[in-house]
Amino acid sequence: MSRQFTPKVVTANALLEGDAIWLTEDDRWSRDIREAELIEDEAHAQLRLLQAQSQPDVAVGAYLADAAKGATGPEPVHFREAFRTRGPSNYPHGKQEIR
Amino acid sequence: MYHYNDFDEAFVRNRVAEFRAQVERRIDGSLTEDEFKPLRLMNGLYLQLHAYMLRVAIPYGTLNSRQMRQLAMIAERWDKGYGHFTTRQNIQYNWPELCDVPAMLEALADVGMHAIQTSGNTIRNVTADHFAGAAADEVADPRPVAELLRQWSTDHPEFQFLPRKFKIAVTGAEADRAVIRAHDIGIQILRNDAGELGYRMIVGGGLGRTPMIGKVIRDFLPEADLLPYAEAIVSVYNLLGRRDNKYKARIKITVHEHGIEEIRALVEERFAALKPQFSGVDRQLFAEIQDAFAAPAWTGANTSAHDAALADPVYRAWADTNLAAHRNPDYAIVSVSLKKPGATPGDATAAQMRVLADLAETFGHDELRISHEQNVILPHVHKAYLPAIHKALKGADLATANIGLISDIIACPGMDYCALATARSIPVAQEIATRFEELKLEHEIGALKIKISGCINACGHHHVGHIGILGLDRAGVENYQITLGGDGTETTVIGERAGPGFSADEIVPAIERLVWAYLDHRHDASETFLQTYRRLGLAPFKAALYPEARADAA
Ligand code: SF4
Repeated sequence: MSRQFTPKVVTANALLEGDAIWLTEDDRWSRDIREAELIEDEAHAQLRLLQAQSQPDVAVGAYLADAAKGATGPEPVHFREAFRTRGPSNYPHGKQEIR
Repeated sequence: MYHYNDFDEAFVRNRVAEFRAQVERRIDGSLTEDEFKPLRLMNGLYLQLHAYMLRVAIPYGTLNSRQMRQLAMIAERWDKGYGHFTTRQNIQYNWPELCDVPAMLEALADVGMHAIQTSGNTIRNVTADHFAGAAADEVADPRPVAELLRQWSTDHPEFQFLPRKFKIAVTGAEADRAVIRAHDIGIQILRNDAGELGYRMIVGGGLGRTPMIGKVIRDFLPEADLLPYAEAIVSVYNLLGRRDNKYKARIKITVHEHGIEEIRALVEERFAALKPQFSGVDRQLFAEIQDAFAAPAWTGANTSAHDAALADPVYRAWADTNLAAHRNPDYAIVSVSLKKPGATPGDATAAQMRVLADLAETFGHDELRISHEQNVILPHVHKAYLPAIHKALKGADLATANIGLISDIIACPGMDYCALATARSIPVAQEIATRFEELKLEHEIGALKIKISGCINACGHHHVGHIGILGLDRAGVENYQITLGGDGTETTVIGERAGPGFSADEIVPAIERLVWAYLDHRHDASETFLQTYRRLGLAPFKAALYPEARADAA
């Protein structure tokens, strides 16, 4: 028996600005993880990753990151992914600046 | 100082033009990321957690005021108004957008700077003692050597695809301020018994996953043999270095696996073959470079203002910690701390960079240095000008009197920026510095070097910190491992692991317990943390770090 699949989101960095982006269900790239498609099936995750990787003009270095269902959409599980949704802790730069 | 010749200028301009075209082709889709990535890395452009990062080389840490102003302009125009000075005497911009990078490189080229070979498996920016040309204890200025090596290694056709990156550091004094024993090649300029200048050549040092202290491969290399010998070392490594495993690819592993005797024999053999091919052009070039680094014309002035200012305790504290002995007794070397408690180690705003540029131009023979300890140095300041400099620094929030003290912390960018990080390092540095500021204990504690890395790559030199902190990811939580007794000077020691790591909440109290243990155990205020550690070993510090373990054992 394979282990229980941890839900995933597809994430990458934007080609032009370099900031973190997430793949949405309707095939957009959002700068907000809460808009991402939360993928609960392993085969579908692999398919979505391949689709993401075939968009090198928008997204760089796409990968699958663990995520969990939150009240307002997917939420990061690991602290590294949490930082990517905010920005650095020493200045209010990055995504936290815009909000 | 050294100025670009026509060849340097044309080379750098061509590179910028080439990269501009590559960026355009990446954006219009004719280059894939796989094709583009090695090209951008060759030009110092990384993609990190939140943005691109441009790493700009500051060869041997030397800048003039015009260059510093240009760094400020770049920070303001294309970044977020600041820059981060690194342990490799580079400056990093954390927020450039891809389309702007060619213009940034063009602006750098305007002042004779570039980002070439700040990445990739090449010979990286050659670093040197940040007190070069100024230190009282110096045999010779290491920068001409570093510049010769820079010219030789830049775009060297044989060395663009080494097994791994390759770092060289040079010092001209017995006191090692350039951590030469933790470099792939470390070079110390010295005199032999006959009074001739030459080099002690050290190979195979390095930190990272497998820290190693460099070994002496030649105790005294005559001056004239430098380039053929360096070429022999790199070429032996280029053949022997392991390309099968990136963790075993640095020369430190090659030296470790083959043994220094075998490496020495191979290098000597290769050197004998190479030497006749160096026709003496390198010697002529070296002479020209040395002229470019001639000492400035010292001025005479009345130092009474400085003597009088020492009555002010704030000035006095700054003078005690931030000034170092200059080769000219009327002068001082000023270290400007970028470590105000609570600030990000190594960061300077554009406004601060301009103040530093102005001070260098007005009072400091137009010279600035970046230290591997992430501070800025005014290497040549007549003592008459010190009070004026202190006042200007205060106005720019740059007068922190903490050089070499507990809040003068080296910290790599860690997981606030770096894509390779396993934990953050900047907030740990900020919290430690802020805590000891509150305790008002810093000057009582005295010399103590804390160095923090956000992953095993050890850019924060944690292995050679008196107290080293390594940030790790333990089951999805940031965890900080402490090493003790490290030393990055001429008596290099790799620190010893103290025991299990601490969580982000526990790490600052743990450091505080260590410091209290030191204060309890030292003979008197003249015995430093490192000396006390060397006398007593790990045990009393371990007991302070893990009091519960002691209670359990009782
Ligand atoms: S030590 Fe690790 S986290 Fe820190 S800058 Fe180097 S690679 Fe990044």
